Amino acid sequence: MAERSFAKEVLKLRLGDGDEFHGEGILAVTKALLQSGVSYVGGYQGAPISHLMDVLADAQQQGILNEWGVHFESSASEAAAAAMLAASVNYPLRGAVTWKSTVGTNVASDALANLASGGVNGGTLIVIGEDYGEGSSIMQERTHAFAMKSQIWLLDPRPNLTTITNMVEHGFDLSEASHTPVMLELRIRACHVTGSFTARDNKKPGLAMQQVMENPQRALDRIVLPPSSFLHEQEKISERWPAAVSYIREHQLNEFIEGDVNNIGIIVQGGLYNTLLRAMALLDCADFFGRSRVPVYVLNVTYPLVDEEVLDFCRNKQAVLMVEEGQPDFIEQTLNTILRRAKLNTDIYGSDVLPLAGEYTGQVMMEGLRKFFGELAPQLLQDAPENQKYDHLRSLDKLATAVVPRLPGFCTGCPERPVFTALKMLQNRTGPFHVSGDIGCHLFSINPPFDIGNTTMGYGLGAAGASAFNGQGDNRVISVMGDGGFWHNGLTSGIGNAVFNKSDKLTIIIDNDYAAATGGQDLLSSQAGNTTRSTRHPIEKAVKGIGVKWARTVKTYDLEKMRSALAEALSTKEKGPKVIVAQSECMLNKQRRLRGQLKSAVAAGRRVVRERFGVDADLCTGDHSCIRLSGCPSLTVKHCDDPLKTSPVAYVDNTCVGCGHCGEVAHAAVLCPSFYRADIVINPGPWDKFTAAIRIRVIGFLQRRVERKRLKWVF
Amino acid sequence: MAITAIGGQGGGVLVNWLVAIAEQRGYPAQATSVPGVAQRTGATVYYIELMPAETQDDGQAVFALNPIPGNLDIVVAAELVEAGRAIQRGFVTPDRTTLIASSHRVYSTTEKSALGDGTQDGQAILEVSRDAARNFFCFDMAEVSERTGSVISAVLLGAIAGSSCLPFVREDYENSIRSAGRSVRANLAGFAAGFEQVCSVTPNDMVTGRSRDNAAISLPTETATSQMTNPMVSELLQQLESAVPQPCRRIALEGLRHTVDYQDVNYGNLYLQRLGRIVEQDRDDYGLSVEVARHLALRMSFADTIRVAELKTRSARVERLRHEVAALPGQLVQVTEFMRPRVEEVCDTLPAWLGSSILRSRMLRAGLATFCRRGWKIKTTGLPGFLLLYLLASLKRWRRGSYRFRLENRQIEDWLDRIQACLPGNYELAAELVNCADLIKGYGDTHSRGLTQFNAIMEIIDEPSLTENAAATVRRLISAALADEEGKAFNEAIMEVGRTDK
Repeated sequence: MAERSFAKEVLKLRLGDGDEFHGEGILAVTKALLQSGVSYVGGYQGAPISHLMDVLADAQQQGILNEWGVHFESSASEAAAAAMLAASVNYPLRGAVTWKSTVGTNVASDALANLASGGVNGGTLIVIGEDYGEGSSIMQERTHAFAMKSQIWLLDPRPNLTTITNMVEHGFDLSEASHTPVMLELRIRACHVTGSFTARDNKKPGLAMQQVMENPQRALDRIVLPPSSFLHEQEKISERWPAAVSYIREHQLNEFIEGDVNNIGIIVQGGLYNTLLRAMALLDCADFFGRSRVPVYVLNVTYPLVDEEVLDFCRNKQAVLMVEEGQPDFIEQTLNTILRRAKLNTDIYGSDVLPLAGEYTGQVMMEGLRKFFGELAPQLLQDAPENQKYDHLRSLDKLATAVVPRLPGFCTGCPERPVFTALKMLQNRTGPFHVSGDIGCHLFSINPPFDIGNTTMGYGLGAAGASAFNGQGDNRVISVMGDGGFWHNGLTSGIGNAVFNKSDKLTIIIDNDYAAATGGQDLLSSQAGNTTRSTRHPIEKAVKGIGVKWARTVKTYDLEKMRSALAEALSTKEKGPKVIVAQSECMLNKQRRLRGQLKSAVAAGRRVVRERFGVDADLCTGDHSCIRLSGCPSLTVKHCDDPLKTSPVAYVDNTCVGCGHCGEVAHAAVLCPSFYRADIVINPGPWDKFTAAIRIRVIGFLQRRVERKRLKWVF
Repeated sequence: MAITAIGGQGGGVLVNWLVAIAEQRGYPAQATSVPGVAQRTGATVYYIELMPAETQDDGQAVFALNPIPGNLDIVVAAELVEAGRAIQRGFVTPDRTTLIASSHRVYSTTEKSALGDGTQDGQAILEVSRDAARNFFCFDMAEVSERTGSVISAVLLGAIAGSSCLPFVREDYENSIRSAGRSVRANLAGFAAGFEQVCSVTPNDMVTGRSRDNAAISLPTETATSQMTNPMVSELLQQLESAVPQPCRRIALEGLRHTVDYQDVNYGNLYLQRLGRIVEQDRDDYGLSVEVARHLALRMSFADTIRVAELKTRSARVERLRHEVAALPGQLVQVTEFMRPRVEEVCDTLPAWLGSSILRSRMLRAGLATFCRRGWKIKTTGLPGFLLLYLLASLKRWRRGSYRFRLENRQIEDWLDRIQACLPGNYELAAELVNCADLIKGYGDTHSRGLTQFNAIMEIIDEPSLTENAAATVRRLISAALADEEGKAFNEAIMEVGRTDK
């Protein structure tokens, strides 16, 4: 079960003609897929399109996808998802897949290139969550390059639900008209934007899967092998490209906005339209409803460009500003080629007035527009408000130290924390390790307080990232990999590779029962029962199956065992790869799973024990060693009432979930006796009450005895 | 409107409420957010736009997806540093922004993990906020949310409603909470508390920062002193009045309380005597004596096993603890202690002759170590566990003969001798020697490391060549010792001193 449930929202997928849909961007995309008569959907989760996978899974659970005959799979990887589109090569089946880009597109690119070479019969749509700019967790690159290299059309719709859903439907038609896969690019905030659009009826696929499976068809010339592959390249240029261009023109996928200042114009990627219009509105060159003084050409399709449209727009203009985010400036370069070939000498502005690298926020956009207008149409800026100079900005340096950076880290009670506590404790004795990291929550170990991890080479590539280091010295290198990365490809690229190459290193596989970093989706080794997937396939069995001799599964919260397992793996005489499966359920998901159960148990009057940890403030000396080894958000500090202590003391706040790690740390690292665990018995039974009464009486008697004496000396 | 929060604080809930209210009242609205890694305890920003009714015409509004500096009407911060971050990013401007912020702090990892006090009190943020915002509403919403059992978002929503910065009435907000249907009663209570708190005060005039002065020390009032039946205590207090000058009396009183509570009146006497040695030679402002009074009390009440057992078995602890873990009446609380005494801690409590001989003998040490290998989890709400600690605590009367007591008191005397030797001639150095006591903290390994560094500094100042700039050197060494846990900076600093010596 995923971190966020869309069980209620997916009911909106049943809306019909004329109904008004209110909701989040990704839910709207799902609705549009159903309206397009899609036959099958796949994908791999990852921000910003994790929720799209969650919506689909919830819709499947509730039988909504079934109602429309839609097959949905949580693919093993983006490559698997892309390969799934092969179903549309021979048959007029519409298929859609989704993933986080560019990282997911990197993984998928083998299948994508093959798909794009042979071309498709049924419409194929790849919904890309473009993880670029603020909030992104990956390297800053553009998906545009993949579209160009494999010739896949790239849609970049204006970020409102009406345009986005329209473009989903057009995407399928465009794909079929040009026998080419189509990508629909959604930027981070567009995925999570809320809004509304007018729904249409859902459509059942024209061709049922059953019919296809009963009548298989093949076409030799669609398979990527010589001589067909050479034919495909020719086809791309001579047939598919012109077909796409004429579809785009005919259906007016790109938009033209008229203006009254006609010596200049602006060409903008659809996804940046809202930011551009807002920046223009703030400069008083547009209003809040899309009316602009400068003509704007909105590219809802950013690849391919339609030469005729470009030329029509640029003709009779002195200069045009290309608003294109990220680098390289592919579109700007192409514009120059198009104009040069047509011998049109309209000037192209772009990455000279706007930055070539970095996100185009409203502020960046306004600065670029000021430069462009200032040079070519200064009259536009006559009414524009000046940049405000605020007095308080002068005192901002006061904030320099006060506003501390806040990096993401492990959640309260996270089961991954003990692994890194154990590693840090080992490091304190032996000196630093070389640790090859992976993608996942566990990569937060690179931040304080752990400061562990050297590199991250990609999802599931933690083990492969250490493969150059093999027995050259006395120290073994350590790789970390999550269960998500392991099943994505780490089993073969990391573990299989290590077995085959007789690697001597240690790989820690963090098995928390979910793909936790992407929002808690189930995977093969999940422990939860799942009606639509097969789970409970242990990781240890998989690595042993592939040839690992030394493999242990250790519960992470047992810090002592975790530390000795790590120490043993690093010192054992046994040759070959060592694997430790660090197992414990993701606390975020566990809490979510149990919260409802606990609530109802308490309400029903059943006996429930809630565990919590705490620190005796009068015993804590304020050295914070425990925090440096734990890093739990609920283990914090507070300034205590004791005027003798100037340092704040450790304190466990009420967000504590009682995982017990801080107590374990105090034990294993021999820190201090200030930690305690409180078991709060809710709805205690008669026996509880009886024994408690006796205890309280005896203990109370003894305490009063001491207290009487003590009080004589209190002043 | 921007909402800045820490991942996991529930900013998304607040956004959903607000969007629902807007749509209910016929305002086109758009909200965006950036879930993802920021959600895991990092800083995150939600952004909402509502189209005011009077500007709507037949066109469809084009909403922005990012906040643009200088263009925000409302900024909501669910934590004080996040308010500061919003100001840094230019979101808060005096011509239009209403800033609604909680004054509480959620400390970042770097603040928490400092060896000393690494926390930022946020005073600077409060000051700048007053200048930066058009209206600034700020109070401790975490406290309100805890008191009302609601999420902090409910208190924030109440504050938004109470500040009248949006064109909606109180019922609109409350209906939104009701129709969301989750923890309705608690959230309505949190909402109401937030609403009323904002309404009851004028903006820019409601914040108090944390104070760190000695106001917390309560002086025994005259009546209380005269009513004191225990003549030994009144004698002790008279002695305090005569031996300790006014500027350091408050802290010395607290020190006296600590030491008497730790052992007995005689021990309190010893505290005053020791303090008196320094007071006599201090300057007129007694600045050094104040610090000695503080450190001396802490050093003299070192936490040996007896002390730990005593504090863990006191009757007041149970109530404090119930409050701390938010146990409701009728619920039982069972307490388990995490203790792991090493051989050293066991020997600390033994009679000095026995403790020192065990620590000297490798064989005895190893034998004892087998008992100390694993930590103990002791249930102090159960009879066996309580009795064990109760008996340990009762060893207090023999503490004076214990190994640790003798050791600590020898070290304290030595420390005071060194301070005294510097007075009055080298006041600067004496003050730094006092500060060195900051290094001795914690238990087990942490304590040994601190003590080793403390001793290393003491050795260095014995070098005759160092007298010139000794104070500066010691100051540098102290800050190096507090710079990192592994002692890297400290070792480098020590090497540095060695080199310049030669």
